[in-house]
Amino acid sequence: MVVAMPEPDRAVLLRRDRIVKALSAIVPGEGVIASEAAMRPYETDGLTAYRALPMVVVLPSTTEQVSRILAYCHGEGIKVVPRGAGTSLSGGALPLTDGVLLGMAKFNRIREIDYDNRVVVAEPGVTNLAVTQAVEQRGFYYAPDPSSQIACTIGGNVAENSGGVHCLKYGMTTNNVLGCEIVLMTGEVVRLGGKHVDAGGYDLLGIINGSEGLLGVVTEVTVRILRRPEMARAALIGFVSSEDAGECVGRIIGAGIIPGGMEMMDKPAIHAVEEFVHAGYPLDVEALLIVELDGPQAEVDHLVARVEAIAQDCRAVSCRVSATEQERLLFWAGRKAAFPAVGRISPDYFCMDGTIPRAKLPLVLSRMRELSERYRLRVANVFHAGDGNLHPLILYDANKGDELERAEAFGADILRLCVEVGGVLTGEHGVGVEKRDLMPAMFTEADLAQQQRLKCAFDDKGLLNPGKVFPTLHRCAELGRIHVHAGKVAFPDIPRF
Amino acid sequence: MADTLKPHTAKDVEEAVQWARSRGAALELVGRGGKRAIGRPAQTDLTLDLSGLSGVVLYEPEELVLSAQAGTPLDEIEALLAAKGQHLAFEPIDYGRLLGGAPLSGTIGGVLAANLCGPRRIAAGAARDHFLGFEGVSGRGESFKSGGRVVKNVTGYDVSKLVAGSWGTLAVLTTVTIKTLPRPQTQATVVVSGLDDATAVRAMAAAMATSCDVSGAAHLPAAVAARSGLGTATGRSLTLLRLEGVAPSVDHRKATLLAAMKAFGAVELRDEEASRGLWGEIRDVTPFTAADVSGRPVWRIVTAPSRGAELVGMVAGAAEAEVLYDWAGGLIWVMLAPSDDAGAALIRRAVNVCGGQATLIRAPAATRAAVDVFSPQEPGLASLTKRVKQGFDPNGVLNPGRMWAGV
Repeated sequence: MVVAMPEPDRAVLLRRDRIVKALSAIVPGEGVIASEAAMRPYETDGLTAYRALPMVVVLPSTTEQVSRILAYCHGEGIKVVPRGAGTSLSGGALPLTDGVLLGMAKFNRIREIDYDNRVVVAEPGVTNLAVTQAVEQRGFYYAPDPSSQIACTIGGNVAENSGGVHCLKYGMTTNNVLGCEIVLMTGEVVRLGGKHVDAGGYDLLGIINGSEGLLGVVTEVTVRILRRPEMARAALIGFVSSEDAGECVGRIIGAGIIPGGMEMMDKPAIHAVEEFVHAGYPLDVEALLIVELDGPQAEVDHLVARVEAIAQDCRAVSCRVSATEQERLLFWAGRKAAFPAVGRISPDYFCMDGTIPRAKLPLVLSRMRELSERYRLRVANVFHAGDGNLHPLILYDANKGDELERAEAFGADILRLCVEVGGVLTGEHGVGVEKRDLMPAMFTEADLAQQQRLKCAFDDKGLLNPGKVFPTLHRCAELGRIHVHAGKVAFPDIPRF
Repeated sequence: MADTLKPHTAKDVEEAVQWARSRGAALELVGRGGKRAIGRPAQTDLTLDLSGLSGVVLYEPEELVLSAQAGTPLDEIEALLAAKGQHLAFEPIDYGRLLGGAPLSGTIGGVLAANLCGPRRIAAGAARDHFLGFEGVSGRGESFKSGGRVVKNVTGYDVSKLVAGSWGTLAVLTTVTIKTLPRPQTQATVVVSGLDDATAVRAMAAAMATSCDVSGAAHLPAAVAARSGLGTATGRSLTLLRLEGVAPSVDHRKATLLAAMKAFGAVELRDEEASRGLWGEIRDVTPFTAADVSGRPVWRIVTAPSRGAELVGMVAGAAEAEVLYDWAGGLIWVMLAPSDDAGAALIRRAVNVCGGQATLIRAPAATRAAVDVFSPQEPGLASLTKRVKQGFDPNGVLNPGRMWAGV
């Protein structure tokens, strides 16, 4: 492991037996896992390059148990790492060797489906797809659809503020969550929002979404559901350059069209996918766009025609519009299989996640090609083109020399490039441990100190998921004293500008 | 009259806050002053006038992004967007007339600090959902930033959301970046008339459950419909359902929705121009702005849509209550007869039963000093709120007490 985690607390490790016993009293039966073999499945998440065996795994099934576990750990000074399905791509659920791994898998029930208010109340361990499945017979769905939706949990979606291919039009998790029950590190249970929009007071719900498990443990989520559009059609458009494809995306949006999904793939990604899925993607193009329009048929037909015309103007060399639902799904099958397809052609890969102003795409792609040569590693790109969210897949072989180290350095350079052109370090995968040490590329010390003061308001001892997101851990008392600017006051009297 | 500080740069703001902090002085943050009468009355020593921080910094329509200094007038931004066929999809309410002042007197910073929204809240969200990033100054006098200028980012805590709706109690915004969206090409409104409140709420829920993409669902009981300029002398209630988008789509959905609503009552259509007028009135709560009622308190209540009519049932019949429903029943504007507590006891009781939260939007300063303006919080949430405030503004320099005492 290359990334450094907080120094294990030896005093805590020496008390391990007592801690396991105390946790077993709170969660009886098989809810506490302490044997090495049984803990092994929890040693990593979707970012498999990093592994650590937790001190102990606890699988509570009620809010009260979560509250008692956290209160106990708070009292004893024990770190806690919450975990949903463990699909994080940034190492958000990477265990700590001296920490309790709090698995939320047993919170797997949908508590209420309320069609009158168009909301679903779910426990955090319910998978993203299961929310949609619970309401689809009535024609509804839950809009955010991360690629891992079959496995990832709604609680994890809240922690990471997950997106998906439809979030340009329908928003990310944070735009679709109306309420949460959270347990603070002290064991205190706090309810935010509910079935109404606008929770009132400070928007703590907006902070919990995307907080990567550092502020509280989510024990219930209320999400809004939407009526499924009458139909959808997708256009598969090929270009001989990424510049042309980028221009096409800009002109579609400039024409006032917000597609349900708008995805781009570069040549290496197209080839990897086509060999795997046989979706009928053209192999002689440099960039491929999938543009999906949804709504009533009259709207979809009207917009598809406009998109086709724009594509022509942007020198598209091929354009196929799905004629049937089956064909539309085939177009998507390729894109959705991009990660496993790349997994087939390389023993290991890093899935990066950065966001750039869309107009910078050609520049970023060409710089990425240079980096690819310098690091002697291949890269394939899939791109949520509508919102500028880039997913470069860096191909490497962990068993070969220093390829892992080179892949990490390559990835870091790509993310610095995203920031340099006006973008951000992560679009939807979170910071976790993966991008933690790059945070200073985007934020000043003052920016990070202010974020950490927010952490202190929720978790004064810094016990919840430490070592993630922030490159330097500050004690809360210390943050109270930090003055980034020397405390000299510029104005001896009332300043008047 | 309190002294005024008028900074022209972010650096000026930093120095002003540092100065105030060093003197133990509290600042009232003001853009163009249009929303000063919302919240608990200012308990501040000086006014920080942010209207000098003005001007759009960046606008890239194809990237759907705009950055502006926080004191930039909202109407200036809206005109700029309109010229490119875009708008602020969250449709921010103009509180000017409701509060007895002039319309068009907001700044973009004020819109975000108050997390404004409008009828399209149910389809497109509030200001928070379109707030991408900012630069600002904390109550500690430190400049900091959050978020970015791209439409999607999850890098660090989403402090933009926290600051949206914090009414200037956490940070002074200096530059803000927001998402812009294409303006719908056309719109139309399906009007169902004569429904009682409970039936109207059911009709709106039914409309929201269709695939018609309803982007506004409001109900005006007969008395309030009569107050509005909505062109009805029939003495009947009006239930309004808005459809927006490209013309072929709106035409199709109009037909579908009309057919679906016939089961509830008499239906008719309003074309684009009439529809725009209707929703402008709903957004700005125009029926409650007339001179003869301008002295009556107005509450803004948010609840689960299905509880809307029940909540109104608990309030109606007392204190000459008049109501206007928006958000398919999830937002209820209530106007009451003047009283010492502006009807706070009545409103809070109803909200306690039905869930949600209520804000006293219009009332004399003495009343706003005496009763809770924002919903009282559970003890756990209240202390968390105080700790968050402490982290940003430990000395209570920025708008102290505007939301709650001690925050």
